[in-house]
Amino acid sequence: MNLTVNVVEENEKSILNVVGEIDAYTAPKLKETLLPLTRAEGKIIEVNLENVNYMDSTGLGVFISALKSTKESNSKLMLVNLQERVLRIFEITGLDEIMDIKAAIRGGNE
Amino acid sequence: MERFDFVEVKVPAKAEYVGVVRLTMSGIANRMGFSYEDIEDLKVAVSEAITNAVNHAYHETEQGEITVGFGLYADRIEIMIADHGGSFNLIEVKNGIGPYKSNEPIETLREGGFGLFLIEALMDDVKINNSHGVIVLMTKYVSEKEVDVDDDQVSTTQ
Repeated sequence: MNLTVNVVEENEKSILNVVGEIDAYTAPKLKETLLPLTRAEGKIIEVNLENVNYMDSTGLGVFISALKSTKESNSKLMLVNLQERVLRIFEITGLDEIMDIKAAIRGGNE
Repeated sequence: MERFDFVEVKVPAKAEYVGVVRLTMSGIANRMGFSYEDIEDLKVAVSEAITNAVNHAYHETEQGEITVGFGLYADRIEIMIADHGGSFNLIEVKNGIGPYKSNEPIETLREGGFGLFLIEALMDDVKINNSHGVIVLMTKYVSEKEVDVDDDQVSTTQ
């Protein structure tokens, strides 16, 4: 029920590796780390959700603010390696339409 | 009257307890024979309702309690989340619940953004009562393809 977040800087790209569960308790921690990155001008912020096995609307809220922030700073937010369950939350709410999402490889073992 | 087991959990109205109730939900749903997908749906729906209750409670008082009641029936689970902290009677509360109407004052629920929307999308039936605090009653049916309710093992054959 915890969340760890670490940032790897690669030239014009910031990679945010998120591990754990994103809920009302852990979302503020994600927001604290993610939002400052999105304020940098002309950057790519890649959020790796490979090891996030749970996310609810509190996570959506964080990614919505991050997306808005990147638009203001001409940066780009990308969500990569989403697990099936996490992707589903974006799909149900229709947010997969406005977010740049690259899900995990489908058709593998679940 | 239809027979059911009832489990009640009471937690402080704080975000750190959302995960605790989610774990309880997972355990109960697993015991009832819900599929992996349905268990994940139930975990999200319960967390959304608790998150709403936590936000609601913070606006009302500094310290509140959230009461969660799980009604375990042969074919479904009924979950009640109440943010007034008091204990409640399943039958009594059910009688006081009508269909959700969009003109009801539910600003406090809506502030979670997509929370209520997700609850409605993931559960089979959702009712909200806000005459005494906010009570969410939601139901999910055990899918028929599940075979053995008492089977703790994850079946590898379909």
